[in-house]
Parts: sequence; C-alpha cells; structure tokens
Amino acid sequence: MSGQTTAVQTNTLATYLEQLEKKDLLRFITCGSVDDGKSSLIGRLLYESQMLYDDQLAALEADSRRVGTRGQDIDFALLVDGLAAEREQGITIDVAYRFFATERRKFIVADTPGHEQYTRNMATGASTADLAVILIDARKGVLVQTRRHSYIVSLLGIRRVVLAINKMDLVDYDETIYASIKADYARLAQRLGIESVVAIPVSAVHGDNVVAASANMPWYQGPTLLNHLETVELKARQADAPFRMPVQWVNRPDQNFRGFAGTIASGTVQPGDRIRVQPSGRLSTVKRIVSFDGDLPSAGTGKSITLVLADEVDVSRGDVFTTADQPLECADQFEATIIWMSEAPLLQGRQYLLKTSTRTVAATVTPVKYRVNVNALEHEPAERLELNDIGVCEVECDRALAFAPYAEDRTLGAFILIDRLTHDTVGAGLFNFALRRSQNIHWQAMDVDRTVRAAMKRQRGCVLWLTGLSGAGKSTIANLIDRRLTAMARHTYVLDGDNVRHGLNKDLGFTAQDRVENIRRVAEVAKLMADAGLITLVSFISPFRSERQMARELMLPGEFIEVYIDAPLAVAELRDPKGLYKKARRGELSNFTGIDSPYEAPSRAEIRIDTTQVSPADAAEQIVDYLDRLGMLVNT
Amino acid sequence: MIESAAPFSTHLDRLEAESIHILREVVAECERPVMLYSIGKDSAVLLHLARKAFYPAPLPFPLLHVDTTWKFRDMYKLRDEVSSDPAVQLLVHTNQDGLARGISPITHGSQIHTDVMKTEGLKQALDHYAFDAAFGGARRDEEKSRAKERVFSFRTAAHRWDPKQQRPELWSLYNTRKAKGESFRVFPLSNWTELDIWQYIHAERIPVVPLYFAAERPVVERSGSLIMVDDERLPLLPGERPMMRRVRFRTLGCYPLTGAIESEAATVEDIILEMLSARTSERQGRLIDHDGAASMEQKKQEGYF
Repeated sequence: MSGQTTAVQTNTLATYLEQLEKKDLLRFITCGSVDDGKSSLIGRLLYESQMLYDDQLAALEADSRRVGTRGQDIDFALLVDGLAAEREQGITIDVAYRFFATERRKFIVADTPGHEQYTRNMATGASTADLAVILIDARKGVLVQTRRHSYIVSLLGIRRVVLAINKMDLVDYDETIYASIKADYARLAQRLGIESVVAIPVSAVHGDNVVAASANMPWYQGPTLLNHLETVELKARQADAPFRMPVQWVNRPDQNFRGFAGTIASGTVQPGDRIRVQPSGRLSTVKRIVSFDGDLPSAGTGKSITLVLADEVDVSRGDVFTTADQPLECADQFEATIIWMSEAPLLQGRQYLLKTSTRTVAATVTPVKYRVNVNALEHEPAERLELNDIGVCEVECDRALAFAPYAEDRTLGAFILIDRLTHDTVGAGLFNFALRRSQNIHWQAMDVDRTVRAAMKRQRGCVLWLTGLSGAGKSTIANLIDRRLTAMARHTYVLDGDNVRHGLNKDLGFTAQDRVENIRRVAEVAKLMADAGLITLVSFISPFRSERQMARELMLPGEFIEVYIDAPLAVAELRDPKGLYKKARRGELSNFTGIDSPYEAPSRAEIRIDTTQVSPADAAEQIVDYLDRLGMLVNT
Repeated sequence: MIESAAPFSTHLDRLEAESIHILREVVAECERPVMLYSIGKDSAVLLHLARKAFYPAPLPFPLLHVDTTWKFRDMYKLRDEVSSDPAVQLLVHTNQDGLARGISPITHGSQIHTDVMKTEGLKQALDHYAFDAAFGGARRDEEKSRAKERVFSFRTAAHRWDPKQQRPELWSLYNTRKAKGESFRVFPLSNWTELDIWQYIHAERIPVVPLYFAAERPVVERSGSLIMVDDERLPLLPGERPMMRRVRFRTLGCYPLTGAIESEAATVEDIILEMLSARTSERQGRLIDHDGAASMEQKKQEGYF
C-alpha cells in the first residue's frame, strides 16, 4: 500500500472502508466453568479469527511453556486470564471483555467465571449481552451449573442461546451423545422461556466447528460457532415501539438554549412528535433534535441525542420522555427480583440508594418473598439475601418513578442498589410490576399542622436521639433531661429501648435484621411525636450508622439531633448495671453490642458526651442548653 | 420484548452513543470533572466525542495535559492548536519537582521517568485542582489487565486502584457515589478497539498528529526499536548516526520511549488497510510495558492511567 493509489483503486478502497465502517456489533457472553474449556474456546476464536498479533502470540507461547497445562502446545486459556493473581490460581474471577471482528461483524465477548460464587459476575456480563454461548462438557451433559447459567441468562433478558457442546473429541465425536444433550437442553430452555437455541458440537482444543467445519463430524450439517455468530439475525426492533428517553442532562449554556440530553431507550422520535414528561405527566412537543452535525430529521433506539421542546415545561434529570399517548406506569412500590452482590447481606428495612436509568432515590426492601435456588430452580423461604443470592422482594421508594417491567424494557426496568455509607454497588434489580397498594394510598393532608401544634406548646418538636453502648448512661441521662424539661413545663416523651421492646417491638429479637426493624419502627414513632410537637427523647443503643442515618432522613432538616453518649467498652462493661456484659462474656447472650456485634460510633453527631469526664447531671444541662440555643424552646 | 441491547445501526454508531452517554453521566453527577488530554489519537477521538455530547454548549470541563516535557514537537503543535479554540480550556501541568531534579527518560530510564513525570505529575495535578473525575482514553483491548477495567474506575483518596474493590457495572447504570477525596478515572472508550478508533477518525475526519502518517524521519535503532531524533536532547551513542527512514508511529508518548515502525501508510485509509494486515499489537511500541511481568497492572495500582 503506498500513498500513490490510482483513481480506480481509491474508489474501491473508499467503498471497502465504508463497508467496514457499516459492520454491526454483537455482544455476547460465554458461560461455563473452568473445566468446560471456556477460555480455550474464546482463545481459539481470537486465534482463528486472526486477532492475535505476533508479539501476543510469542508471549502466549512463552507463557504456555512456563505455566500452561498443555505441555508444549499453546494453552489458549492463558490468553484470556488477565490479572496476575488469577493466573496463579488458574481461575478467572472477574468479568473480562474481549474484542474481535470479522469481515461481517464486530464482537464484544463478556468472559465470566461460571462457579456459583460468581453469580454476580455472570449477571454483570449478561446485562449487556445480546446472546449467550453456554458451554457443556459432552461427557457430562446438562448439569446443575447449566441450569444456573441458563436461568441467569434468561433472567437478564437474553433470548438467544448457543449451546456449545464441547470436548466432542473425548466422546469419539458421537452423534447420539450430541442429540441426547440437545434434547435435554430443549426441555430446560422451554421451561425458562428461551426462544432460540442452536446446538453446535465442538472441540475447542482442536478447533472442530469453532471456525472451520469439522471433518470429524460429517453428520453435523449446521453452522460452525463463528459462522453462526456472524449470521445470527439481531432481531429488528418493533417499528411501533413507544418512544422512551430518560433525561440525562439539561443542556443550558445560556438563556437562549435549553436542550434535554439523553439516550433513547426505545422507539424513534422526530420533530413535531407529542411527548409526555414523566412522572409529572406534562405534555409538550418536540421542536428540534439538535446535533453537532446539524439538526436531525429523526433518531432511533440507542442513539444519544439532545431534544429541544416547543414549550417551557419543567424538566430535570431523572424525568422520562415518552410518546404522549403511551405513558409509562408510575409507582413507588414494586415487586422486584434482586441479585445480591455484597458480602454484607441485604437487610429488610435498611435504606439503600436505588439508581434506575438517570434517577436515584432512597429505597427500602420490605419483605423478601423468597429466594431462588438457582441450581434446582425452586423457591425457598428467606429472611434476607446473601452474596450471590437471587430473590424476589418488595421494594419501596421515597418517590414515584416512571418504570417498565424488565421483561419488556431492559433500560427502564433495571436498577442497582447502592450502600449509603460505603457507596458500594450491593445489588442489581429487575422491576417485575408495581404493587397496587402504592397507587391507592394517598397522604391525607390535615388542617391543624405542626406549626400550629408547636405554637400551642411554646416549643418546636424535635427528636433527641441518644446512642451508645449498653451501660453508657443513655437512660440515666434521658431521664434527667426529661425531668428538667418537665420542670420547665415543656412537653416531652421518652422512647426507651427496653420499654419499647415490651410492647410495640416485642416480636423482635436481636439479629442484625431485627435490630434494623426495631430502629425503623421507633424512628417512625418518634417522627409522629415530633410532628405532634413533642420534644422526643430516644434512648437506644442503635449500633448501626446506616439506621441512624435512616432515622435522620425521616425527619425534617434540623429536627433530628444525634447525641453520642460515649463510654469506652471497658468502662461500660465495668459499670454493667444490668449484668448483661457478664452474661454475654459467658456466652449466654448472643449478638450483644460491643461483644459479638459491632457498635459503629457516630462520625458527625450534633452532641458528644464523654461520660468519663462529664457527670449525667452536667450532660443533661448541656443538652437542654443546646435545645435552647437552637430555639427549640420558645421563651415567654 | 423491546430489545434495548440489540444494535440500532453500525458498530461505530453504537460505540459513539455509549461513549456520549458516559461523558454526560459524569458531567451530570460529578462535581469537578476533567479530561486527560495526551494529544494522541485516542485523546483526539475522546475530545471529538465530548464536543458532540455537549453541543451546542462549550465543553463543561477543562482538558489537562500532564507534560513530561519530552513529547514530540508535532504533538506540542497540535496541542497549541486545540487550546486556541475559545470553547476549550486547556491546563498544562509539569511535575516541577521532577523537573528540578532533572528527571529524564535518557538519564533515568523509562520506569523512573514514567513514575515521576507521569504518575506523580498526574496525582499532583488532580490534587491541586481537586478534580473528582478524570476522563482517560484507555481501551480494554490495549492490554490484558485493562480487559477487566471498569468504565468508572474507583480510586482511593491516595489515587490507588484496588482490583478487588472495583464495583460491578451492569447495563449502563454507573454508580458515581464516593466520599470526599475519593475519585474516578472514567474511560468512555473502554469498548473501542484500535481499529474502531481509526475507522472513526476516518468517518468523522478528526485531525490527528502527523506523526501517525509515514514520512521520511531521522531515526536511530536501539535494541530493536526505531527511536526518532526529534530534537538535540537525544544523545547519540558512539558510532550512532541518525538515518532517514520512512516511518510512522502507532502510539505516541515521550519521544525517546516511543518506537517507530517502518511503513508506507501516509493516509488514514492506508493506516486502516495496514492494520487489517498488521502482525504486531500497538503497545509493542511502548517501552514502558516491558518493565516487568504484569507491569501495567502494577502501574495502575500505583495510580498510572
């Protein structure tokens, strides 16, 4: 190739390049365990589609001799095992993305480990895939792990499966084995609602039917793996799908321009279309589709665009544009399927952040209805979800969302759950449907409100939340504050941990799960009391930061005052007013805070009382002074 | 079912839409984003995508060039052209301490030079401006440990990358939450390959540094690499004499550390055709990758891009 090409060559060249630029893209996931030869299969695809360069091949040959498992032959598995730690252990523990292209198509492969403890990685890889290649060892047939892989694939909305029946060389390329595995799998696929299955007999190690047709299996007339991947039809989208676009960013460089940027989740849009803004329900008309390359006449699914509307409607990030007469359902309570991805279990009642399309809200998982046994494909009762569990739950959000069931829309039906303190992504979820009750219960507005009640009592309702170890002095101090305020003719109430457990919370134990629910109920009661105008004292160990944070967020700004009654464990244990530490040390009490259950000290409490320095009476005085300074007590 | 993951058109359209979505997500959710600008082809594509993502608004974040002072002269020229656009704000940072200590790729070798002038320099700049998200042009196809890199790569307050602490990324839902001091490196080109980059440069007519195109250039051959004598700072070894060869670069870094390849590809079209028949991967020209086994993974843990 030189720079001096003739006119004719230039013309053909331009056409050729243009063709190459118009290839489409197939994203697929490979599922299988280490033993199934998955890495070998991917390595073989890369090798045979000539995506390996000489230097990579040389490195691979050197690695194969050093740590390979195939003697002097090239070990293709080494090619796709990325991180050094993984190479030493001989397993892949994360999701790796591989790229290759042929004349017809570009491919992105999500390579994920298949063991049960890596369900989260498989779900991650499946979430962006159009197709799944499921590997089966011909000697073993459809196994428990095949069911697990197929369930996750179908759950994440993949409707096309390639069944790669591998290691045919080890069963003498026997057609009857192939046929029997194919028939077994067809029954599983039907049960899971997988629409299309293509079964291909292969030997990844020797290359049979991976790229070239196998001379060892003349009985097989179907496509090779690569041939199928290159030609499988990527089902054309329904032309009449409703237009849906979550608003990602409001583009407002100056007073003259206001555009709404986002990626189209489904359907097409053109100027003049009537659209609805959800959840507000306001209507407008598309005026322009603005782009760097000039205004567009229309735009379709998957494109990232900027819309200008005909009127000044209130729109912000997190809203969703839809076709005016085909709006989405809006709800704040859902049934959802959740894949748990964190070492710390999902706790019912704990508040998480829920991010769906471009909106983030606070959400609580109310009952876990059941856990799915991914091996047996059966439902099991469950109180909580552990790492890699998949369960069906009820989810309650603090605001209404426009959504679609995941089975219908992979963008507006998907969400992730984020831990409020560690900020980790702890779960992935799929909306199933809205719970009816969320549409039928409305907040009842009353005429006598908190301001009126507060004025009558010459004080502002608030919540003093005393947290600390057992024996730190919470109840003692709460009692003194209560006496002091009552003497000043203020209106108060004390919610004491032990007392509440005699009534409202007597059905709860001391597991992490029950502690969360304990705090949730008390926080809700405290909120009502503060609304009624009372200075509410809560005296609770409340060991977890996230529950105290949840309580704080239930209240109005400034209404929640966290008081950390600080006593070192050794000091509290020495006081041991109820003899509980001794019991816990003897092993007669389990889940005791400070002993075998953690206490997470507040990092930004409004007040901290160091009980090794300050007497209970002085502490009470300090706290009452604090209320006075804040204007909680109205002087007459 | 409405198949949101199926292609709506060509692979380049799909990659472009994904990158624009990522760029906008950062601007919508992070407080102080910045775009790392290395002047190479990936940076050129990234900058072009950013202009598209935010049009008609000017770029809602500055560009940052961490300058080791050892880039090719042609790179500085393109950088100056880019920064002359009033819609673009370009920040340049050089590790002054490293400069004062006279750190250079020639006297200190690639490892120390890269650690001090690139990795350290980058951390200094990120801390100085308190950026909480930095776009980079890295791609997953470049190198093995990159294949598992997230689009939003979480970094501790000390800029460290912990492969065990990376968050799962599902669909196109990116978790952008972090505590004060923590940050993200964000890679909108994660799913692009080297070939995609060139096809996009071709389709969109994006200007790139002329060094990517073959021309007669003065080079010396050192341990199998062709090093261009770009200025008088490159000391010649005894008996060494620059020779004119028709060469180009597949990747651009500090000139004493970047090997050229002999090539006749003088246009973007030629480069694409050459790539389709190429037999070596692009990072082979980067001397820093060969510093030790799994060396890229280690550099990343320390804060390198």
